[in-house]
Amino acid sequence: MFDFLSDYDNPTLLGAFWMTVKLTFFSGIGSLIWGTLLAAMRVSPVPLMRGFGTAYVNIIRNIPLTVIIIFTSLGLANIFRVTMGSDDFKVQDFRLAILGFVTYTAAFVCEALRSGINTVPLGQAEAARAIGLTFSQTLRLIVLPQAFRSVIGPLANVLIALTKNTTVAAAIGVAEAAYLMKGMIENEAEVLLIGAIFAFGFVVLTLPTGLILGWLSKRLAVKR
Amino acid sequence: MTSVLYDAPGPRAKRRNVIISVVFFALLALAAWFIWYKMDEKNQWAWALWKPFTQSEAWTTYLLPGLGNTLKAAALAMVIGLPLGAFFGIARLSDHVWVRLPAAWVVEFFRAIPVLLLMLFANEFYNSYTGVSSEQRPLYAVVTGLVLYNASVLAEVVKAGILSLPKGQSEAAMAIGLRKNQTMRSILLPQAVTAMLPAIVSQLVVIVKDTALGGVMIGFTELLNARQTMSAFYATVIPSFIVVGLIYIVLNFILTSFASWLEKRLRRSKKSTGAVLSAEDMEELNPAAVGGSFGTGGEGGGLPGSRTYT
Repeated sequence: MFDFLSDYDNPTLLGAFWMTVKLTFFSGIGSLIWGTLLAAMRVSPVPLMRGFGTAYVNIIRNIPLTVIIIFTSLGLANIFRVTMGSDDFKVQDFRLAILGFVTYTAAFVCEALRSGINTVPLGQAEAARAIGLTFSQTLRLIVLPQAFRSVIGPLANVLIALTKNTTVAAAIGVAEAAYLMKGMIENEAEVLLIGAIFAFGFVVLTLPTGLILGWLSKRLAVKR
Repeated sequence: MTSVLYDAPGPRAKRRNVIISVVFFALLALAAWFIWYKMDEKNQWAWALWKPFTQSEAWTTYLLPGLGNTLKAAALAMVIGLPLGAFFGIARLSDHVWVRLPAAWVVEFFRAIPVLLLMLFANEFYNSYTGVSSEQRPLYAVVTGLVLYNASVLAEVVKAGILSLPKGQSEAAMAIGLRKNQTMRSILLPQAVTAMLPAIVSQLVVIVKDTALGGVMIGFTELLNARQTMSAFYATVIPSFIVVGLIYIVLNFILTSFASWLEKRLRRSKKSTGAVLSAEDMEELNPAAVGGSFGTGGEGGGLPGSRTYT
């Protein structure tokens, strides 16, 4: 029943899902960094920075991810010759896809973090200011550590959504799970079986993420 | 302007803020200049590339039909997905374990799978097992994928909406002798739908955005797909991306503004029970997909219903 699987070695089934994991991992880290910076801008005392953060989030969230991913390939790579530090087209597409995912996902990380910042009691920040901490010290030492702990749940949701969203990279030819499934399902007669295999793969990827991070968020949440 | 994190600025803070503003503005200007320069270098400001958008032909042949298909698929997905979602949402609240559990499995299963896989699968499924004509197949596949995914998200919305109603509602219904079925149909559901309206409208943004997947992967002729045909005809890649991006932004901005207007109106209205599911609540149900909730920042009364989504 599973004979046809051995016909696919570029990528293999495991290789394709490994690519999905790699895309998720690098995009996740990138979005966390860029999203945190955006969140810091959105709560900063400088109006211009707040304006930029708000504009970025509201614009990016209303553009389909597919448009952003296709643009990295057709716009950035083909027209502007952005090479992402590599001549190998496969590596280039992989990195461009990550660039697209970071651009998009950071907006959602930013919003999750901002809602976490709102959960920190006013008194804490007032106390921090009273002992003479500056804005960046208050944010780094007092507010963000607590905010991060309270938004593990929402961030887990963003991470799960990112895992599923990485399938869009198939649109620019990154050989991940959806790319392999498209090829397989068009060539083989076993439509239902292939559908079940890939569905199972994603359940395996997303379910433990949700469970582990859900458990963590309960454990680490600041009890008030 | 004060916030949790900073006081009203004194003279020194004011000076520092001005300096930071100037530096940040310089950085933004530098970035803008860099983009302008790169566009100029690749000759992207040439009038020939932008001219098509000033003529009606480009709009009537490519963009408007594409936008029409995008809206058609989104509307169909909503109209089919909502009753299905309501069904599964209610089933998840059933008193019988053998109804509750299977419904929960179905909902969690379709929430765990990428929409793109659902679309690819549906496309091939219709091809192999049904007689749907090949012109109609992309639309069918896109709508099927969107319905399966969004119905399961909407099921959670319906569940949260019903749980957000005060308990007295169903107790009163029981007291006047209504059956469970009647309580749900004539007391709980109508109120829950009102409470859910803003959340449902903001879910439309997600659906509109996801139609773009069908355009690239299974050849559904929606807006993004129309952009491709158009840029092949006029050789106008970057401008077409900018214009199509703007169309999506404006369309989704209208939807989110409508959702937050609706939310404010419902909160004000004295007729409802005061329970409102906002776009903010949707973010917990379906985070990376929701459109911006413009200007609604702040507390936005959360609902007391239970929310356990992982």
